[in-house]
Amino acid sequence: MSKEQIKNLETQFEARIARDEKIEPKDWMPEKYRKTHIRQMSQHAHSEIVGMLPESNWITRAPSLRRKVALLAKVQDEAGHGLYLYSATETLGISREELYNQLHTGAAKYSSIFNYPTVTWADMGAIGWLVDGAAIINQVPLCSTSYGPYARAMVRVCKEESFHQRQGYEIMMKLANGTMEQKDLAQDALNRWWWPSLMMLGPTDAESIHTEQSMKWKLKRKSNDDLRQQFIDQTVPQAELIGLTIPDPDLKWNDERGSYDYGKINWEEFWQVVKGHGPCNKERMRARVGAWEEGEWVRDAAMAYAEKKQERKEKQVV
Amino acid sequence: MKENLYNYILGIADNSLILGQRMGELCGHGPSLETDIACTNISLDLLGQVRSYFQYAVKIAGDDRTEDDIAMLRKERDYKNVLLVEQPNLNFAHTIGRQFLFDVYHLAFLAELQKSTDLTLSAIANKCIKEVSYHERFSSDWVKRLGDGTAESKEKIQEAINDLWTYTDELFHQTKADKAMVLECVGVDVTKLKDNYYKRVKDLLEEATLQIPDSKWFQKGGKEGIHTEHLGYLLTDLQYMQRTYPNMEW
Amino acid sequence: MSKKNWPIWEIFVRSKNGLEHRHFGSLHAADAEMALENARDVYTRRNEGVSIWVIESKHITASNPDNNGELFEPAQDKVYRHPTFYDLPDEVKHM
Repeated sequence: MSKEQIKNLETQFEARIARDEKIEPKDWMPEKYRKTHIRQMSQHAHSEIVGMLPESNWITRAPSLRRKVALLAKVQDEAGHGLYLYSATETLGISREELYNQLHTGAAKYSSIFNYPTVTWADMGAIGWLVDGAAIINQVPLCSTSYGPYARAMVRVCKEESFHQRQGYEIMMKLANGTMEQKDLAQDALNRWWWPSLMMLGPTDAESIHTEQSMKWKLKRKSNDDLRQQFIDQTVPQAELIGLTIPDPDLKWNDERGSYDYGKINWEEFWQVVKGHGPCNKERMRARVGAWEEGEWVRDAAMAYAEKKQERKEKQVV
Repeated sequence: MKENLYNYILGIADNSLILGQRMGELCGHGPSLETDIACTNISLDLLGQVRSYFQYAVKIAGDDRTEDDIAMLRKERDYKNVLLVEQPNLNFAHTIGRQFLFDVYHLAFLAELQKSTDLTLSAIANKCIKEVSYHERFSSDWVKRLGDGTAESKEKIQEAINDLWTYTDELFHQTKADKAMVLECVGVDVTKLKDNYYKRVKDLLEEATLQIPDSKWFQKGGKEGIHTEHLGYLLTDLQYMQRTYPNMEW
Repeated sequence: MSKKNWPIWEIFVRSKNGLEHRHFGSLHAADAEMALENARDVYTRRNEGVSIWVIESKHITASNPDNNGELFEPAQDKVYRHPTFYDLPDEVKHM
């Protein structure tokens, strides 16, 4: 194809997206569109499965049977969501194994928040309430993103996630209304998870490199700072309702803006964790790589068995 | 309180509780995402069954104890599960082997429990049997895949079956509560399940091209509260919150 | 890395009797039985189905979007295939 032909196709392609048409796997697409989508979708998938680890850390220790089954179901959903997202990414011509390989070698990123440790039961509440809360804000707009398989996966994910945040908030509520010791657990968890949750919505607009292109392709509908503001405005009253204090002395309602003003985010910490120096980066990767490597003989056995069975079937036919 | 009935229910429920807890440990660490999700489903089924049994036990106890008190606040010697279900997840072959050896028993047991004259127990059995039929299919399919898969997988599943075999005979032992409940037509006479159990297990192992262990030495004690060393650690996790923060609601 | 990876399967689920099977997504499995089991565990966790079809993705033949012009556009102007093409007086009901 000549340069001019490609340019022409690209113009038509951008026009389709502008008309709110969906792009499907076999459609022509610019190489950059494919690459950007593989990067963002796989990053999203990786976040789901690495995100299982901080919570699965408490499954065996959940304080009641009711909490145990709810947490198990939630972590299981995350495996499901990772699976939907990997499948959607595979439609772009890359295998799940290659994507895993990118994760395991550190070539692909996942959400940094999962590199923080879950040290008390209250962290299960804080993660569901804050981390899933921030994730939902990020994810809902993606239900109408331009790439069909991604949009469809997100519709399913968002529908299933509706219980996750409620699950977390209920845990926090119960703690906040409990004994002094329980209330302290809740406040301590909020203190530790608040700032990482704000960071989870991404670097400030000034430092975010992909935003403009992503807006055009509907991979993003709002800027990181707008999403962050939305998250803060909706979360602060939820904290007040259960008598917890947001750990930000500069947090103040701004009548003029109709929003909360908030304190400075420690971006240095954010970049440090992104670069692999968070409290649990190594443990998370060891767990993922370990599960994959220890699972190899199991996956191989299943393939060998399937092949033998197929051969036997073919022999019978002859 | 109907002591025998209460103990009988705990005997059934503890198997699901301990096995559900063991399966739950794997969540996030399975050999593939699909298998991870499947194992979690089994754990969820088992823990759901536990809640039905314990909620019934709470009614029979008739005091202020809750399902969580029963699940998490007993001493080691008061857990009545069989030794088989507390065995650790040494690798996926052990997990599958343990699941299979229990599922075949569990399915046969529930089929009989459906006929119990205790209407609550028969109703619970009626619900659980559908879940357990699926577990049994899942675990037998995997025993076949591992047995007739690669040389490595065959060796691993054979070793797991050999190791776990010693815990199978206990499934058919009767406690005092068991015997009393059989007399009242409430409980299942597990001694009658034994022949069919070994037949089904042996058939499946043969199909999976595996050797049937010939050991005649069996371990027992779980039903009487004398466990392997593994249970203590499992309980440390299971009971952690209730022990560290007593008398609180979660 | 494994020598051979589990292939991809496409999953179709009938949500209730009376409805058609609909494409729900895909997953990995070593064989058809495992694909069915995995589909049950992955796609019907919330009671979404009463029947499942699985088919290995490589067996699907798909039309090429480059041919969409010749394949689908010719149908666009065949308006006489639609009931609204025909003029009838308002008095005629139920037709």
